[in-house]
Amino acid sequence: MKYLDEYRDAETARQYAQAIARITTQPWTIMEICGGQTHAIVKFGIDELLPASLTLVHGPGCPVCVTPVDLIDKAIEIAARPDTILCSFGDMLRVPGTRRDLLSAKAAGADVRIVYSPTDCLKIARDNPARQVVFFAVGFETTAPANAMAVYAARQQGIANFSMLVSHVLVPPAMEAILSAPQNQVQGFLAAGHVCAVMGYTEYEPIAQRYHTPIVVTGFEPLDILQGVYMCVRQLEEGRAEVENQYTRVVRREGNPQAQKLIHEVFEIGPRTWRGIGEIPHSGYALRPAYADFDAERRFGLTARGAEESGECIAGLVLQGVKKPDQCPAFGTRCTPEHPLGAPMVSSEGACAAYYLYRRPAVAPARA
Amino acid sequence: MDPATPFTLSCPIPISDYPTVLLAHGGGGKLSHMLIEKIMLGAFGNPALDARHDGAVFTLNGSPARVAFTTDSYVIHPLFFPGGDIGSLAVHGTVNDLSMCGARPLYLSAGFIIEEGLPMDTLWRVVQSMQQAAQHAGVQIVTGDTKVVDRGKADGLFINTAGVGVIEHDLRIAPQSVRPGDVLLVNGDLGRHGMAIMAVREGLEFESAIESDSAPLNGLVQALIDAGIEIHCLRDLTRGGLASALNEIAGVAQVSISIEEALIPVRDDVRAACEILGFDPLYVANEGRLVAFVGAQDAGRALEILQAHPLGRGAAQIGSVNAAGRPGLVTLRSRIGASRIVDMMSGEQLPRIC
Repeated sequence: MKYLDEYRDAETARQYAQAIARITTQPWTIMEICGGQTHAIVKFGIDELLPASLTLVHGPGCPVCVTPVDLIDKAIEIAARPDTILCSFGDMLRVPGTRRDLLSAKAAGADVRIVYSPTDCLKIARDNPARQVVFFAVGFETTAPANAMAVYAARQQGIANFSMLVSHVLVPPAMEAILSAPQNQVQGFLAAGHVCAVMGYTEYEPIAQRYHTPIVVTGFEPLDILQGVYMCVRQLEEGRAEVENQYTRVVRREGNPQAQKLIHEVFEIGPRTWRGIGEIPHSGYALRPAYADFDAERRFGLTARGAEESGECIAGLVLQGVKKPDQCPAFGTRCTPEHPLGAPMVSSEGACAAYYLYRRPAVAPARA
Repeated sequence: MDPATPFTLSCPIPISDYPTVLLAHGGGGKLSHMLIEKIMLGAFGNPALDARHDGAVFTLNGSPARVAFTTDSYVIHPLFFPGGDIGSLAVHGTVNDLSMCGARPLYLSAGFIIEEGLPMDTLWRVVQSMQQAAQHAGVQIVTGDTKVVDRGKADGLFINTAGVGVIEHDLRIAPQSVRPGDVLLVNGDLGRHGMAIMAVREGLEFESAIESDSAPLNGLVQALIDAGIEIHCLRDLTRGGLASALNEIAGVAQVSISIEEALIPVRDDVRAACEILGFDPLYVANEGRLVAFVGAQDAGRALEILQAHPLGRGAAQIGSVNAAGRPGLVTLRSRIGASRIVDMMSGEQLPRIC
């Protein structure tokens, strides 16, 4: 397939792996930010091609994983109301809240619908004028323009029965939180290509400088990732700490100004709680006061309540790159995709799910 | 307590972690598997069922002839889709399940559960399509039933078909016959049916419509049998796709299976649609695709026979059964040469976020 197979070529991958091995003289730990990259690494076995002295740790870039339990509980509460339709990206439905997930709420009679684009919710809202339609807006900067567009269009078109449960998070503050943590091991980053396609990478330049940490904006195909690793290792070996762009076919330094304009029209930056990590200042988007009418938490009068995490889950450490999924004692035994203790085991971008699906050495296969 | 019921200490309802049935219990992955294992096999267990094949194989009183018997229900939405409809699917699915037992399909039953308000024209078109599909597959629909339920109690139309076929050879085509060294063949590109339905259901538009691969596979299987190919196991790759089928077979046969990603045929438009949605073609449903486990000595000849048949032009050899390796495990060599596990599907495939 054109524009895909070129980036999955075995021979080129081998050459890149050899080039990386040639320039690597000491151990390095590199974090890929995005869960999509984590899955590509584990699915294609990219880390198996790398020298043993290179460690890839997996970052917080899994929107479903970092969405706080409290918000999932709120989404379930909204969905359970008879007059509402809760719309969500499919990935969100299996993530455990305090007591249950959205799929169970659906099985119990709630009207929960999977959408591909938040703007699909506007059609649902128009088609169901007597009901409240709520979109569960999770994600990083990548999904922010489309979510902003839905709210913007709802106001333009006067769709009053639409609102949004917002749980938007931002990459740069999370990187700073990781780098300034005492247990940090990360020496270089592969930044998430699609986040940078929207936001550009000027925000990363002060981070690279301040923490003396190379950051390479990287794509999602095997050769993208290998090239990103190569560029990152070369910087580390040469003692440089710059922002470089591997994903030039998609990302420009300034990003997508139109998308940014729309985001800033609808959202403002505020503090955000990250599941497993805690509150990070200036790390998320909330609706601006001018769009407060579309805030589902406000519309339904939802307040924070005692959300509970499974005590055993170490998702927070996994999301900060401190532990690998298979270092969790519950991995593959008490925590599986069927019975997840934490979100990284269910999301298609979660590191634990990637390890469970593609490499699970310690677990005996279920007899069919 | 009924005195005729013997007292046992076992729980009357098998322990399940799910108080209610979820959609994923019907998705063909792990939860479907658990539902069958815990609820159905527990209640109904018998030698024919315990073989865990696509249908049951048995002999009728005194007769030496082996008979295959199977049933399947069709609840597809939308009723009509590019490349087929619920009627043709209901015929193909049951014909294929019989074919996977190595049987020559003969007779089908058809049960219709019709929702009040279904346009008569729709029913007529579906029935016509079933008739044509049956004729094409060389089977007869010899008995049936119709029920009409209140509006809202069924999604337009549900169809159940059951089928009977006869086994006219001495091969034991079943997961238990799979041996180390066996070669895996598929009869064409994967994922088309699932993505065709997905595209229609979700209003995804591509340059040209992806058509379902729905087709009766009895002719193709017969060609392999007639040529004397040493077939060990056949499985049609429906719900849960190739990955789930291989996991089931590896588990029952207690063998380890490896496949090569680069050898698995997937059409570009299907791959593109999967990439966009974050689906893996290995888990996407097919309705006219099978995997055949054949003895290594017959692999080349079997591939030629498949490729010479209209429903096998895109046939490919995709892997083999390992002499060593962990029993029950399916592994895949990725395009870039590394190896990973291929697990059974967990829950439904859900579109990703970004």
